[in-house]
Amino acid sequence: MTENRLINLLLVAPALLLVVGLFLYPLGYSVAGAFLTKDGRGTWEGFLNVYQLYTTDILFTVVIITVATILVGICAVLIGGFLVLGTSPVLVGFLKWLYRWPLFIPFVVAGQCMRAFLAKNGLMNNSFVSLGLLEPLQTQSFLDWRGVIIAFVWKQTAFAALLVAGAMASLDRSTIEAAQDMGASRPRILVEIIVPQIRQTLAVTLVLSFVTMLSVLSVPMMVGSGTPTMITVDMAFRINSYGDYTTANALGLVSMVLAGSVAWIYLRHSLKEGQPQ
Amino acid sequence: MRPARLVLQGLILGIAAFFILGPIVNLALWAVAEQWFFPHKLPLVYGFKYWETVFRPTGDALASLVTSILIALWTVVACLAVSIPAGYALARRSLPFRALLMLAFLLPQAFPSVAVYINVARIFYGLGLNGTIAGVVLVHTVHALVYSVWITTAAFAAVDRDLEAAARDLGAAPLRVFATVTLPLAAPGVIASAIFVFLESLDEFTGTYFVGVPDVTTLPLLMFNASMQGNYQIASITALILLVPSIGFMLVVERFLKADVLAKVGA
Repeated sequence: MTENRLINLLLVAPALLLVVGLFLYPLGYSVAGAFLTKDGRGTWEGFLNVYQLYTTDILFTVVIITVATILVGICAVLIGGFLVLGTSPVLVGFLKWLYRWPLFIPFVVAGQCMRAFLAKNGLMNNSFVSLGLLEPLQTQSFLDWRGVIIAFVWKQTAFAALLVAGAMASLDRSTIEAAQDMGASRPRILVEIIVPQIRQTLAVTLVLSFVTMLSVLSVPMMVGSGTPTMITVDMAFRINSYGDYTTANALGLVSMVLAGSVAWIYLRHSLKEGQPQ
Repeated sequence: MRPARLVLQGLILGIAAFFILGPIVNLALWAVAEQWFFPHKLPLVYGFKYWETVFRPTGDALASLVTSILIALWTVVACLAVSIPAGYALARRSLPFRALLMLAFLLPQAFPSVAVYINVARIFYGLGLNGTIAGVVLVHTVHALVYSVWITTAAFAAVDRDLEAAARDLGAAPLRVFATVTLPLAAPGVIASAIFVFLESLDEFTGTYFVGVPDVTTLPLLMFNASMQGNYQIASITALILLVPSIGFMLVVERFLKADVLAKVGA
C-alpha cells in the first residue's frame, strides 16, 4: 500500500491536539503564571510567598513522598519475592489474591477507607484493644502525616507489586535454582540475585509511584489534618481562598521540579548503565 | 518445610491481610452502621436507613451517579473517537518521532496534575466551560488518553497482517479492509481500553474538583464532601458504589485484554 505521510499524521492529529491544547498549553500557562501578577506584570512575589510560607510544607511533602516511595518499594519486593520463592502453594495463592485488592480503588476512596480505619475509634485501634495490645485510653488517631504515608503505601503497593512480581516471574529460574542448590537462604536469593535483575522495572515503578503520589490531592486533604500539609493542598487553598494564581503556580513549579528531578536522576542513572528504557 | 516456619509465614500474611482488607471492611461497616460512636468497637445499630437516603429518587447521590456515568460514557466516546485512528496509525503506519508521540500521551498521567488543572480551570473559565459536563469530559479525556491510545495501538499491532493483505488481494478498498477485518479483530482490545477509560473517568477526583465546580458534582466529589462534613455513612455508601464497577471490571478485563495484546502495550 502506498503510504501517505500526511494522512498518517492526520490520523494522530486529533489525539495529539487534545494533549497539546489541554495539557501542554495549560502547563506552559502554569509556568508563566508563576512569574505574573493578576494583571499580567512580572513578579517574584509568588516565589517569595512560597519561600516564606511554604518551605516547611515543601520539605514535609518531600519527606512523606520519599518515605512512602521507599516503603512501597520494600513491600513490592517482599510481595514479589514471596510469590516467586514461596514454597507453600496455598500461602502463595492467598497472597496473590490478597495484594491486588487496592489496585483499582481510587485514591479518594482509599482516603475514606483510611479516615475510618485509622481514626481513634477506627477498626485498627479497636482490633488492637480487643487483642489486648493496647488499653482503650492509649489509642491515638493516625490521621496525620502517618496516615498519609499509610494511605499512599496501601494504595500504591498493589500497583508496584503487580509490575515487580511480573518482572520477577519472567526471570530465568536457573540462577535462582543454582543458588538454592548451593544452600543460599531465600532472603539472600531475593536481595542478591532477584532484585539486581529486576532493578530497571523497580526503578521505573518507583519513579511512577513518586510522581503519582506527588499529584494526589484527595488523600492529604482527607487524611492529613492540620499543619504542615502537602503542597497540593496548599495550591488548592491559594486558589479557593485567595484566587492567588501566582503563588499556586509557583508551588506548581516546585512540584514539577521535584517530579522532574526524580525522573532526571533515573534517566541519568540508566544512561550511565547504558540501558535506558 | 518445617511447620514452625509455615505458621510464621501464615502469621505474617494474616497481619498483611488485616492491613490490606481492614480499611475496606471498616468502610463496609460504616455503610451499614446506623449508630456507631466511641467507645463502642462495633456499630450499635445496623441497618439500611442511610441507603434509603442515598438512593432516594430526589437525592443528590442518584443525581451524582447519573452525572458520573454520563461523563464517563462521553469520555469513552471522545477517547475512542481520537484513539482508534491514532492507534491504527501508530501501530501500522510509519510516523516520524513515533516514540516521542507515544510518550506525549503518557505525560498527562506522569506529571503533577494539580498545577495543570488549576490553569485548565482558569482557561475554561474564560471559555465558559467551567462547571459544565463538556469541560469535565475534556479534562477526563486527556487524562485517560494514555490508556485508550496505548491499548488500541497494541490491539491493532496484534492483528495478523496477512488477513488484511488477503482482503486487499480480493479487491477490498483500504477503508473497507479496516472496517471489516482490522477493526473487528482488534475489537476485544478496543473494548478493554474503553473499560479502562470508563473507570478512569468514573474515579477521577482532582480534575473534576477544579473544573467541575460549582455545578458538576460527580460521585467522587459527593463522597469527598460527605466525608469532610463528617457524614461517614453517606461517604461509605458512595465509596462502595464506586467500588462495584472497579472490582467488576477487574474481574472481566482479562477476558478482553489477551496476553498477545498485553505484551505489546507501550511498545
